[in-house]
Amino acid sequence: MSNFWSGYIIVLVLLNLLGCAVLLFWNSRMSAEEAKRRTTGHVFDGIEELNEPLPRWWLWLFVGTLIFSAAYLALYPGMGKYAGMLGWTSQGQWEDEVAFVERQTAPLFAEYAKVPVEELYQYPEVREVGARLYMQNCAMCHGSDARGARGYPNLTDGAWQWGGSPEAIRHSIAKGREANMPALAAALGEEGTTDMAWYVASLSRKELAEREDVAERIARAAPRFAMCSACHGADGTGNPMFGGPDLTDGKWLYGSRIADIEQTLRQGRMGVMPAHENILSAERIHVLTAYIYGLRIDE
Amino acid sequence: MHAATPSPYHYRVVRQFAIMTIVWGLVGMFVGVWIAAQMAWPVLNFDLPWTSFGRLRPLHTNAVIFAFGGSALIGSSYYVVQRTCETPLAFPRLAAFTFWGWTSVIVLAAITLPLGLTTSKEYAELEWPINILIAVVWISYAVVFFTTIARRKTSHIYVANWFYGAFILTIALLHVINNLAIPVSMWNSYSVFSGTVDAMVQWWYGHNAVGFFLTAGFLAMMYYFVPVQAQRPIYSYRLSIVHFWSLIAIYMWAGPHHLHYSSLPDWTQSLGMVFSIVLLAPSWGGMINGVMTLSGAWDKLRTDPIIRFMIVALAFYGMATFEGPMMSIKTVNALSHNTDWTVAHVHAGALGWVAMITMGVMYVLIPRVFNRRAMYSINWIFTHFWLSTVGTVLYIASMWISGLMQGLMWRAVNTDGTLAYSFIQEMEYRFPYYVVRLIGGVIFFAGMVLMAWNVWKTIRDTNNDEGADNRLDSDAEALPGGA
Repeated sequence: MSNFWSGYIIVLVLLNLLGCAVLLFWNSRMSAEEAKRRTTGHVFDGIEELNEPLPRWWLWLFVGTLIFSAAYLALYPGMGKYAGMLGWTSQGQWEDEVAFVERQTAPLFAEYAKVPVEELYQYPEVREVGARLYMQNCAMCHGSDARGARGYPNLTDGAWQWGGSPEAIRHSIAKGREANMPALAAALGEEGTTDMAWYVASLSRKELAEREDVAERIARAAPRFAMCSACHGADGTGNPMFGGPDLTDGKWLYGSRIADIEQTLRQGRMGVMPAHENILSAERIHVLTAYIYGLRIDE
Repeated sequence: MHAATPSPYHYRVVRQFAIMTIVWGLVGMFVGVWIAAQMAWPVLNFDLPWTSFGRLRPLHTNAVIFAFGGSALIGSSYYVVQRTCETPLAFPRLAAFTFWGWTSVIVLAAITLPLGLTTSKEYAELEWPINILIAVVWISYAVVFFTTIARRKTSHIYVANWFYGAFILTIALLHVINNLAIPVSMWNSYSVFSGTVDAMVQWWYGHNAVGFFLTAGFLAMMYYFVPVQAQRPIYSYRLSIVHFWSLIAIYMWAGPHHLHYSSLPDWTQSLGMVFSIVLLAPSWGGMINGVMTLSGAWDKLRTDPIIRFMIVALAFYGMATFEGPMMSIKTVNALSHNTDWTVAHVHAGALGWVAMITMGVMYVLIPRVFNRRAMYSINWIFTHFWLSTVGTVLYIASMWISGLMQGLMWRAVNTDGTLAYSFIQEMEYRFPYYVVRLIGGVIFFAGMVLMAWNVWKTIRDTNNDEGADNRLDSDAEALPGGA
């Protein structure tokens, strides 16, 4: 803020508050003659106006709020660039509150950090803490029961797009993930897209290859699956390195209907898991990793 | 005053606005009841886009604020300005245009909002073609009102007209600036402001819409109709001067309290809070002047339900204008913001103050402009008074409890630093309060239905009819105790 605008703000604030004070002072007294008259003598459509003095309690209430504002604006930011005697900022207040919680909880999480994930998930109190961290940071996408939703992976079904080891889960939480299924409409063509959709469906439903009406489509698409194998593997079992889902396990992120698979092939999919390392401490991510690791084990 | 010579006042436009006040009151409050029911049972949106909460909520707010409140304000101002200036309305045809123009705005709002056409600015949702129509109507209104004042036969300008005048000028300014936008198609436009500046302009508008539309305008109504109905002089001219000038000067600053703990700079937030606190006394000045006008006539509270409406409205006004400064304090706001407490606060003002003063005023105004001695049934007004009061109390008490609970649950923390409640848990706890709020709303709406029936019977009852439209009114006869 430039000095000009700072001064502009200060002048306007002072004019307004002092203006109120002057208005009050000016009207707080009455001449004896005025007091005796009692009315203004105005009559509007039969309405007369008395001229009672300002109620004292109200006058002092007004003065009190003016004194409060003067004190507040001396202590806190408000007068343009002037920062206030207390040096208070809303950012600072927030940082203090976060630091306070950190101090309170640091010893607890430090204890948990010493235990490896494979063991930690078995601690009952860790599962409680983990469940709360999950509800506040993960449930909005993966659901309060962790069973996911269309486009959001189910965390309990054992299908790990990016790997289910403690390290892979920790990486997913801390650094986030970006999955990219490219749009293949141009490469496959219209008929080719439908053929490939049936082929992909047949990877988990072997009986489809026997069905007369689609066997031909599946056979036609089979050799072209090579273009998918870089991410999904030659046998379609996926590759966690690229986040290429297993197509043979019957678990579907974007729906299992032929129309769903066609849409995936035609337009591609973009899955984004946001990074949490700037939101949650490493110790909290450790507990959360153990909790999510444990969800699978429980099934 | 010139009691003996009859003077021609234009009442047709007043009658039109008075009728539409009742009609829009029914519509706006019905939609309010409906969306209150949706909050308890979301299935009541019928899974249709046009009846979803997000579209009906702005329809409710626009209908009660601008349609019900706006019609009451414009209509009553046309009545008051003529009578207190002792001169007929200037440009009666332009005044007729303001009625049809304003009513068209409301009808367009009722069509476009359910269709999802919105600027997304709260209380300024209407798209640019409607905004231009509003501006034209509003400027015409200002021309009629201020020309009438300029032609007054009284030496001074009555205090009610100061408040109407401040309301008209400020709303013109707020409406035009907040709605500055670049149209990209017939029903889509983008605000010329962006980011934090857009938020600040929006809440400068939003809070002054409360300050000048819902406060100054209704204080103007109060300043004419309370002394008329109580047949008592206004308590203190001096107090009206002090609270008028301080109110309009201080209100302008209060908007930033809607944006506490946001990306708005700290100094702006502080000024919003400080000026909101200073606003307490100017607000109470109006309440004191209204309530003390009754001194010497307190017995009327026993016999006159209209006076009860007015006094209870002033009491709610005092309550809401105490609560407002308190909620603007940063530490209080940290608890109350985004909770149902805000909803309770708004409805203490909207139901308790704005609607109840309007109802009281309409019960005085309608018999006068329709040439009736009084309303059809005074007992029904008593019943309506109790329905309104009980409905308002149930509404705000349930939302206070719900809001406080919500704020406390959101900030409850476990020993591990996690939040004690998830959002969905907190919502589940709110369900019973939503049901109580709905019951309060239904009771309040029932009162409005009774009022509409009373107005209908009053107008249909031709026993006291004395003449045609815009008849010559004798002041002495029209105003009991006036001459």
